[in-house]
Amino acid sequence: MNYKTKEKIYEKILLISAFFSVITIILIGGFVFKEGFPTISKIGLIDFLLGKEWYPTKGVFGIFPMIVGTFAVTIGALILGVPLGVATAIFLAEFAPARVCRIIRPAVELLAGIPSVVYGLFGMVIVNQIIMHIERTYLAGILKPEYQRGYSVLSASIILAIMILPTVINISEDAIRSVPREYKEASLALGATDWQTIYKVLVPAASSGIIAAVVLGMGRALGETMAVIMVAGNTAIVPDSIFAPVRTLTGNIAIEMGYAAGDHVNALFATGIVLFVIIMVLNTVATYIAKRGVSQG
Amino acid sequence: MISVKTTQKIAKTALWIAGLSTVAILIMVIGYVLFEGIPVMSWEFLTDKPRKMGSKGGIFPIIVATVYFTALTLAIAAPIGVGAAIYLTEYTREGRLTRIIRFGTEALAGIPSIVFGLFGFAFFVILLEPVTHGWSLISGSLTGATMILPTLVRTSEEAIKTVPVSYREGSLALGATKWQTICKVVLPSALPGIVTGVILSIGRVIGETAALMLTLGGSLRMPESIFDPARTMSMHLYLVALEVGTQEATKKAFATGAVLIITIFLINTTANWVMKKFITKMS
Amino acid sequence: MLIFRGSKIALLLVVIMVAAIASTGCGGEKDSGTGLSGTVKIAGSTSVQPLGEELAEAFMDQYPDVNVNVQGGGSSAGIETAKTGTADIGTTSRELKDEEKGYGLTETIVAKDGIAIVTNNENKVTDLTMEQVAKIFSGDIKNWKEVGSQDGPITVVVREEGSGTRGAFEEIVLGNAKIIDTAIVQNATGAVKTAVTKDVNAIGFISLGSIDSAVKTITVDGSEPSEENVINGSYKISRPFIFLTANEPSEATEEFIKFVLSNEGQDIVSEEYIRVNN
Repeated sequence: MNYKTKEKIYEKILLISAFFSVITIILIGGFVFKEGFPTISKIGLIDFLLGKEWYPTKGVFGIFPMIVGTFAVTIGALILGVPLGVATAIFLAEFAPARVCRIIRPAVELLAGIPSVVYGLFGMVIVNQIIMHIERTYLAGILKPEYQRGYSVLSASIILAIMILPTVINISEDAIRSVPREYKEASLALGATDWQTIYKVLVPAASSGIIAAVVLGMGRALGETMAVIMVAGNTAIVPDSIFAPVRTLTGNIAIEMGYAAGDHVNALFATGIVLFVIIMVLNTVATYIAKRGVSQG
Repeated sequence: MISVKTTQKIAKTALWIAGLSTVAILIMVIGYVLFEGIPVMSWEFLTDKPRKMGSKGGIFPIIVATVYFTALTLAIAAPIGVGAAIYLTEYTREGRLTRIIRFGTEALAGIPSIVFGLFGFAFFVILLEPVTHGWSLISGSLTGATMILPTLVRTSEEAIKTVPVSYREGSLALGATKWQTICKVVLPSALPGIVTGVILSIGRVIGETAALMLTLGGSLRMPESIFDPARTMSMHLYLVALEVGTQEATKKAFATGAVLIITIFLINTTANWVMKKFITKMS
Repeated sequence: MLIFRGSKIALLLVVIMVAAIASTGCGGEKDSGTGLSGTVKIAGSTSVQPLGEELAEAFMDQYPDVNVNVQGGGSSAGIETAKTGTADIGTTSRELKDEEKGYGLTETIVAKDGIAIVTNNENKVTDLTMEQVAKIFSGDIKNWKEVGSQDGPITVVVREEGSGTRGAFEEIVLGNAKIIDTAIVQNATGAVKTAVTKDVNAIGFISLGSIDSAVKTITVDGSEPSEENVINGSYKISRPFIFLTANEPSEATEEFIKFVLSNEGQDIVSEEYIRVNN
């Protein structure tokens, strides 16, 4: 075999490797759709998505509570996590002395690496206890009894907020650091203070990167499973308070997959379809934002 | 009207607080788990086998299973990931093809692990049962490999891109073929970057639970072949804390958590060390 | 130089792996003269898994060449894997549904499990009638003072839909009534226990084999969930642990089931569960 044929073969092998991700994503989509579609076609897409009742062993499959639940905990996580994350990113990029950076950066890395079950364990044993204490001691008169049990949208949001911190911090910090130095110098030369420069110049210039950080953090929060089921209470009703127990789409699959049978299994795969579609839409949005950011920069 | 100086002071203080809160959160989570876990984490705990579903005894077979699982997953994913990165950087220009590949990689990175679990269960565990023997190390590793592929492709690509064009030109000018150039010049120079990516993927593999619950089986025994079911430390933590749930078991779960955190810390430190070497070398 | 550094890491990894493989080898091989060998793969109900592990350990002490692998997955997975042959034995902790009976699997009841009603240790209640239990779980009784205990809204903790424990509980206790939909749902015994331990107002149900001092067991109609009471019928909330096998199980599988049903096997069963051969 001459070297030209060999080179061609190597190239083909590499091409196949490169296509693996594409093949996998098609396979994942294909399998989840194949297994979940029977439920959707049987119940009807609208009834499946907007049905408020989930009694899988009696053949009632409505995942509206889980859709609301997923967005509730995700938005909660963003409200708690994004300001802290972005502020930390600004701090690291602009204010922190090198010595402090050397402590915070590995700390953020470690936060990113800790398995989600560890966060879940922490949430289950500590966060839920604290929230239950607050609910029963200070809010007992205001809240419904079923909202005084610790398991809540709030505790899930707190845990998720901690979990998305590294994503938000890292990407925001990169975005802020990649703002051309001249912008900052020009602003300071014009007599603006550090802080004015940050919020009038740096943050707006880095905004698309920061938004990308938020979108990616959102993706992580939407997709998190184990930590959430350990703290959320997993009640399949539409939450109407941050103290209400809640079940997410991921949680729905994870807690019931083990013992599901027949149609129930298909319904859980159908839940997977919904999750898959939500994430794909989010990815597309993220890609679009990232691209816009590039063309602007 | 608050003066500009006061605003500046307030803002600066707020940002300091934010930075320190992040560290405080970390210390709280890690400190608590280590505080509860380390007293239980004896030599026996690390070297004994679990009894009573893990509420007694140690985690030795689980540590071994975690090592096996990680090694197997990387053995599957690393060649594919690096291969994909080489193709993307060396063999093609930006165009429709790379856009499709990039979209696939990005999309894969965003898929929730439980969806990987559903896929792995339907595909590797059920459909490919004659090959994978159902719930097994190989089913779990194949699922895990698909999960870390995007990270590997991305980090390897970054590493390969930092290799100066002059290296390639030099090699090609000396009469080396493209493949020789890649093997002998590009990859060796990019290796530390690639290794960093691989080490970071180890972290993800070790931390994964949801997808493995549906594909790896969860047997407490030491796996003897890649077709045996197993459980990793993360799975063990979850199963011990949530299935067994005695006070004793919760202690064991915290100890397992402590082992996990220490492992992740070592992995991160190694990755940083390799990366630092890489940067000093390149500059 | 760089290549050298990279290979050092690789070398380290190889050393770790070899050490791991060596240790597996040492752990797995023992001398034996029994002749029986092979692998028995057991999968299914996580409620049966702890018992399965115990039985497997004892069995492997007698037959060191047999490798009995016990894993979870859930009752339905147990049925599915026994049907497809993924596992030699599928385990379930609930009765088979009619459609599942049509699969032609051999059912062997190897143990029974009582389902205990548990509350927080601080709760003053010690006994409830079957009707009260039903009313609490269906939401007709909402406060502990209605059953003579502290003033506090009841936190109902249940297992997820599809679980064998929940299925048996619903069938025996609730009949046609439905579990209150604001109940906290947990997908594992330990998680139910944790929820009950952490909340003075909580009530839940768990497998008899998982009872310990962390929670308080309630007597139902004056009857304690003990082996004796389940066998004589005075404690009614129980369910079977079933081994399912497809046609022509392997010799090792047959031998294992024989062992489980033997007096020796049943003695292990009765340490925490309820024996089936008297």
